[in-house]
Amino acid sequence: MADRRAEHLFRFVSCMELREALGKRALDEQRLLEIIEEAPVDSIYYHTHSYYLRHPYAQRLFPNDFATWVALHAQDRVLGEKLGILDPFAFEGIEQLRTEIVTIVTDHLRRLGTVPRCLTGEPFEFVRSHVIDVPLEVTAATLREFRDALTGIEVGAVYNHLCEARLRKGHLRGDFAFWIAAEDGLRMAELAGQVEHVGHCGLSLEAMRGRIIDLCDRALAGENSAER
Amino acid sequence: MAELLEQYREVAPRGTVDFLRRLGERVAGRSMLHVNSTRSGGGVAEILQRLLPLLQEVGVHARWEVIAGSDLFYRTTKGFHNALQGMKQRITSEMFEAYLECNRENARRLNLEADVAMIHDPQPAALIDARPREAAWIWRCHIDLSTPQRSVWQFLRPFVVRYQAAVFSLPKFTQQLPISQFLVYPSIDPLSDKNRELPPEEVSQILRRLGVPQDKPILLQVSRFDRFKDPVGVVEAYRLVKKSHDCRLVLAGGTAADDPEGGEVLAEVQETVGADPDVHLLLLPPTANVEINALQRAATLVIQKSTREGFGLTVSEALWKGKPVIGGETGGITVQIIPGRTGYTVNSPEGTAFYIKRLLNEPEQIAAMGVQAKEYARHRFLITRHVQDYLGLMIYLGDRRQ
Repeated sequence: MADRRAEHLFRFVSCMELREALGKRALDEQRLLEIIEEAPVDSIYYHTHSYYLRHPYAQRLFPNDFATWVALHAQDRVLGEKLGILDPFAFEGIEQLRTEIVTIVTDHLRRLGTVPRCLTGEPFEFVRSHVIDVPLEVTAATLREFRDALTGIEVGAVYNHLCEARLRKGHLRGDFAFWIAAEDGLRMAELAGQVEHVGHCGLSLEAMRGRIIDLCDRALAGENSAER
Repeated sequence: MAELLEQYREVAPRGTVDFLRRLGERVAGRSMLHVNSTRSGGGVAEILQRLLPLLQEVGVHARWEVIAGSDLFYRTTKGFHNALQGMKQRITSEMFEAYLECNRENARRLNLEADVAMIHDPQPAALIDARPREAAWIWRCHIDLSTPQRSVWQFLRPFVVRYQAAVFSLPKFTQQLPISQFLVYPSIDPLSDKNRELPPEEVSQILRRLGVPQDKPILLQVSRFDRFKDPVGVVEAYRLVKKSHDCRLVLAGGTAADDPEGGEVLAEVQETVGADPDVHLLLLPPTANVEINALQRAATLVIQKSTREGFGLTVSEALWKGKPVIGGETGGITVQIIPGRTGYTVNSPEGTAFYIKRLLNEPEQIAAMGVQAKEYARHRFLITRHVQDYLGLMIYLGDRRQ
């Protein structure tokens, strides 16, 4: 099974993120909530996903910007933790993710009875991102080729196929799992499920890459017995 | 020519060079014009000198024009610069008129034809009156516009809103504008004379020539003699440190053709320093790139104690050379210094002195932070990332117009 040749090649596509400031700022949690409700989906996406593209030193407390800001600048650790645990890979669309964020903040403010304000002078700045696809001349037809290519490609491609694919392009399993499972791909359903699950573990992009390579290695070594 | 980008393969993050070539294929043959107010001195000129050849190599027909102006024009735009960064300035109607006239004159003189034009900072902003019909014009603002003097911003804003887009270095610098406001960090070139590797013997030779002995720890601030860079505050911090740690302070300042205020600030600093033989004030010409490189490599710690800062590329330069930086908590310094990782951000001479002393007491910490500093600069502040952002912007604006 692990040496199956896919009818449809996997084509690696990298991407770059172009950031655009919206000129909207929040100095307290109520205003933060109001802007989250009306912000473009690309802004909600940016503040919950671009964490993965940042250098590890620039990744702050939590993997989404809303959580980090309320914890650090409004000094509301409780709300920070409630937002920080959100798994962006658990949602089927950005609107669904937005609804969950709005619900959490609304419930929190209702219980609190007051509105925590920014205490550091650093408002929450709303940004959105435009992602520009850049096809690489890298393809894979077998699991071995896929594994080797994944090892060498730049991290933007990992982001594109795992994050962008899911919520902005509607490929909810992510491109890797989709191709591994597809009839004209590798037809390895169990491995695809394991690859899909990697997104839910709260890992960095490099760690996700490493975990997927490890899963491929195990499948190639024949440990993935269910595939036989 | 094709070798230029290849030289970055060793220093840029993995995959960067190939990625830039792919991006370049999408805008190959398109023209991009940059316009600013000086060909040498200051961060913008430095970036453009290095950026254009790289854009050209990936297929963009990149050009650079420089506006020319009278003394009154430069005094006016220096006043704009200060006012837009929050310092109270008096700009007379004669000065506003001189600004407009100078822009009109430059519009007649310069070749402004290009598919995309990037107009840098307030000095040439009014050139928008001369935009060719089909061109996409972008206003690139390098300064901190977060608390501008309203009268000056209200004068400039009608020009800015006529651009297709603006580019700022940080979200906090953006304004309420009806045009797209993109975010792009500036950058340093790791292969330029200012940043390339220098052998220790060459560093020592240059320091001897500059009259700076390497007999004790060197604290260094490299910046124009400009009040926003707070050179007097740096001297105060040094004096606090000097009570317990023997060290030298080097204030190395360049000058720029469009900055008439430098001499005045230098005189203030000289008066503050007095006759201390361990303080070295170096007034370096804009071409002193290798000298600045050597000073940064020889420094034990680098300081950038600005009170207002557009971005503060001297911080990136120091990080790239593996030096932790103690910098003012302002503008772009806050995205370059990750406290405890690449340096410390501070808000006073006392804070500056505190962290200098802490690090001088822990040399192993200086070394560890230096390694982190270099890696951080590699990923975020090298010119290859800057080229990538500008290519992305060209692609995005081009796609949007179709």
